[in-house]
Amino acid sequence: MATTITMPQLGETVTEGTIAQWLKKVGDSVEKYEAFVEISTDKVNAEVPSPVTGIIREIIIKEGETVPVGAALAIIDEVGAAAGAPATAAPAPTATAGPAAPNGATPTHSSSRNGEALNAPDVLRRVSPAVRRLAREHRVELTSVRGTGTGGRITANDVLAAAREGPAANVAATIMNTPLTSAAKPSTPLPAGTSTYGAPVPGTTIKLSQARKIIAQRMLESKHTAPHAWTMVEIDVSDVWKWRSVEKDRFQREKGHPLTLLPFFVYAVVQSLKAFPLMNSRFTDEGIAVLKELNIGLAVALDSNLMVPVIRDADNYSIGGLAVAAGKIIERARAGKLTADDLGGGTFTVNNTGANGSLLSAPILNGGQAGIVTMEAVVKRPVVVDNDAIAIRSMMNVCLSLDHRVVDGAIASAFLVDLKKRLQAMGPGGTL
Amino acid sequence: MAKAVESPAFERQGLSDDQLRWMLRNMYMQRTLDNRGFQLNRQGKIPFATGSEGHEGIHAGAALAFARGKDLLVPYYRDMGLCVGIGMDPLDVLLSMFARGADISGGRQFPNHYSNKSLGMMSISSIIAAHCPHAVGAAYAYKLRKQTDRAVLCTFGDGSTSEGEWHESVNFAAVQKLPIVFLCENNEWAISTPRDRQMAIKDVVQKADGYGIPGVIVDGSDPIAVYRVLKDALELARSGGGPTLVEAKCYRFLAHTTDDDDRTYRTKEEIERYRHLDPVPRFERVLIEQGIITAVGIEESKKEVLGVVNDVTDRAEALPYPPAEELYTNVYEGTHEPWL
Amino acid sequence: MAVATSGTTTMNNVEAVRQTLYEALKADPRTLVMGEDVGARGNVFLITKGFIEEFGPERVIDTPLAEASIAGIAIGMAMEGLRPIAEIQFADFIYPAFNQIVGEAAKTRYRSNGDYTCPLVIRTPYGGGVHGALSHSVSIEALFYHVPGLKIVAPAFPADIKGLLNASIDDPDPVLFLEHKKTYRLVKGEVPNGHYTIPIGKADVKHPGDQLTVVSYGLYVHQALEAARQLEGDGLSVEVIDLRSIRPMDRTTILESVRKTRKLLIIHEDNKFGGIGAEISAMVAEDAFFDLDAPIRRLCGPDVPAMGYARTLEDEFMVPTSRMVDTMREMVTF
Repeated sequence: MATTITMPQLGETVTEGTIAQWLKKVGDSVEKYEAFVEISTDKVNAEVPSPVTGIIREIIIKEGETVPVGAALAIIDEVGAAAGAPATAAPAPTATAGPAAPNGATPTHSSSRNGEALNAPDVLRRVSPAVRRLAREHRVELTSVRGTGTGGRITANDVLAAAREGPAANVAATIMNTPLTSAAKPSTPLPAGTSTYGAPVPGTTIKLSQARKIIAQRMLESKHTAPHAWTMVEIDVSDVWKWRSVEKDRFQREKGHPLTLLPFFVYAVVQSLKAFPLMNSRFTDEGIAVLKELNIGLAVALDSNLMVPVIRDADNYSIGGLAVAAGKIIERARAGKLTADDLGGGTFTVNNTGANGSLLSAPILNGGQAGIVTMEAVVKRPVVVDNDAIAIRSMMNVCLSLDHRVVDGAIASAFLVDLKKRLQAMGPGGTL
Repeated sequence: MAKAVESPAFERQGLSDDQLRWMLRNMYMQRTLDNRGFQLNRQGKIPFATGSEGHEGIHAGAALAFARGKDLLVPYYRDMGLCVGIGMDPLDVLLSMFARGADISGGRQFPNHYSNKSLGMMSISSIIAAHCPHAVGAAYAYKLRKQTDRAVLCTFGDGSTSEGEWHESVNFAAVQKLPIVFLCENNEWAISTPRDRQMAIKDVVQKADGYGIPGVIVDGSDPIAVYRVLKDALELARSGGGPTLVEAKCYRFLAHTTDDDDRTYRTKEEIERYRHLDPVPRFERVLIEQGIITAVGIEESKKEVLGVVNDVTDRAEALPYPPAEELYTNVYEGTHEPWL
Repeated sequence: MAVATSGTTTMNNVEAVRQTLYEALKADPRTLVMGEDVGARGNVFLITKGFIEEFGPERVIDTPLAEASIAGIAIGMAMEGLRPIAEIQFADFIYPAFNQIVGEAAKTRYRSNGDYTCPLVIRTPYGGGVHGALSHSVSIEALFYHVPGLKIVAPAFPADIKGLLNASIDDPDPVLFLEHKKTYRLVKGEVPNGHYTIPIGKADVKHPGDQLTVVSYGLYVHQALEAARQLEGDGLSVEVIDLRSIRPMDRTTILESVRKTRKLLIIHEDNKFGGIGAEISAMVAEDAFFDLDAPIRRLCGPDVPAMGYARTLEDEFMVPTSRMVDTMREMVTF
């Protein structure tokens, strides 16, 4: 069997060697461990012992030539090993064949040496600091960004690319909280004073802005996905209105926010939602997801843009607390300072259509929610009260659009009736 | 002034009366400054003081043998008298005690860690014997530059001679025949470790044989004897004769520092047994006997020294601590931008 | 040895050290080299071969076998105005000198408030991958970079070695000059002729890129560059920074790069726990948190005392280029 002799590494940092002298020639026999060549390096000169017993078949590198460690020098034909002799063991360290290259055998490094794996589900789900910051700075709605990172992660570059498509693209996503085809995600705030319409001049065609396009798309999607049903009740808000009138000046003074009918209404809505959890749910392929959080979106109209900032965990608030939270959020909306967090995660929506004077509305469901309720205008009307007497009472219609896949008329009506009862039970002397 | 007959034991070794009185004054200065340190500590004004009572003879004699402006002193932390003797201002002693910003280290060093490049006094740390290799390095520089009028005086206590770095230093100096004198101020104690638990030999100079250099024992309470031995050793060093190990025997009368209670490891009786080694009364007696100074002269000298010490105490106390911003200076040359 | 002052010469790392030392000894009579076997033997890597014949035994000192005093005596020489270049034969032997380096050299200027200074260089070969086993393979920078008053450099290319060694010799403060022994003959490059210095404290972007910042030094810089070139072929863009200086460390270059790429991978041979990668990670997390688009990663030596003699043990310790490629790729595409 032919054995190729290679240039050994004759020192810790040596990378090449020179054949100083061949001590054997072709055809000579050589014993194992017998010196057969002299090699010189810039550190040391050495005689190299043969690893096998045999005959020199070929000398490849001539005297005086310099070759790198590991290069073939000669070939020796091994001659019959002694009976029972073990296979050639690894050569002595000084004659080690092959360089000590840094990328040798595949090591068995445990994964813990690398820190947590970059494709761990936990890591992928999170949004990196850079992504969060860039999204905020460039007003990019993360739900609208397609992730090109590992496992679909949104990378910083993805955010920057989305930003480059123009602010209008991101603004358009403000209308609905949630795209219907994916989980609830926040939408992007609109800069204050931006209208999604150009000037509507008769006989002209208003070019669709990106925002308008998306509003249109979202409305269509909602209507086409959820079969909308509609019902209403009328509520006597005289007492609660009185309560509000009594408290409003002091409240404004002490809290710095106005006390409108809205917080009373939302408070009652939240209580009714707790009693009728199906109204706080959404339709999914796996079933009806009955939601745990009660995040109430408040539709705010600004320059023909509808924004729906959300009061999260609204059931944690008192009436006064809701007034302050709503006040703050509406202030921010008007200043164009809503953040992604403000617009995210709504589970039910309240729309104060009455502020525009309407008596009845048929709202379109918001972002896959099961219900949306309106407060219509409060109107003084003669109504029949106890003992068939007639009195002038402040009356407010409350309308409800519902996803008929999730909720049927009976439940919807029961919900509204419950809401009516609660509101009509409120009056001066209660706790704000 | 009647001159007493010179007793055969007295040898002035070429020193003038003025020089002899200078040595006595140096000893007074040392003792008064030491006492001042203890007084201030007990007044609560300074956190810490180290005394060198017992070393006055060595310091006065060595200071006189030292060639000012030429030689280099690499001291240890119980060499205050020697540092003052080669020219350090007593004010620096007090500035160091009070840790004032005007102190030469800017209030950074412990007291008794003096240094002054212009006086030829090398800066040291508190690490025992760590300064010995530095002294050897400096001596090497003199040899390399062929400065044959310069030598290094490296001082240390008995405990230092156990440290590895002491041995490495003496070895190198001996191999290279460097112009250095190793002066061991053997006061028999390394904090609480007595000499016989520090080494198996009776005299430190026995270690000199191991390195092939001469070793000389001298009575540390006799400043004139110390002067003679060191003068010879320094001259030998300067002239290329190589290093000498000088062992000056004395006794440490005080505890290691004000933080050390020496009653835990030795008795008052033992300390009193060594009282005859106290160099100050001994030298006073010699000088009076030889008519070199009178009792009045002694009082005047002490009064003068006390006046100086009182003055520098007041001046040092009146000065401020270093400002906090100075923590960050002199880490490197130029400005240092620490990662804060 | 006549040296042209223009143009470059090809040489390997060990030759760069040798030449720079030679020229320094020739130019400045205050300089000298000292250490074990640096004289007659010419140093165990032949770095000072021929020096004692030319400069004499007073400036090429064969010291006794005593590392603490090699450092300590050099400190004394430096304090007295010489420019000693001391050598610790292998970084693994530096521990007895720790007291002198950290407790004395680093503090000389500080404790004397500038009255005394210590312009000292201590050179030492470090690093593994050469079958050096437990006591000829360690990295020591993490033990010393913590110490204010010291400077530490670890160049990986011959041109950097020359410039930084010159700067170290000129530096008025103590410098620990680390030479990766595996790169001595492995790494060749162009070195400008004539005398020049490279400022201590400046890193060097050896391969610009914009998708990932890799910070490294020593042997692994070369592997990192190889990995970056491989990834370039796949259209991935990795920036490789050669730290060159460990203390002071070039925070500006690192931060600038991370702000650009948003991802950071630190690769060093020294153990991960407490290695300098920890300091870099903390600094970047503090100062560039909102720029990071991925967790900071470190590819380092494992938490064991040293690499063993057996090839399998050494290979397990060392990080192969293939692993650098994989990690870089993973981070770029994250």
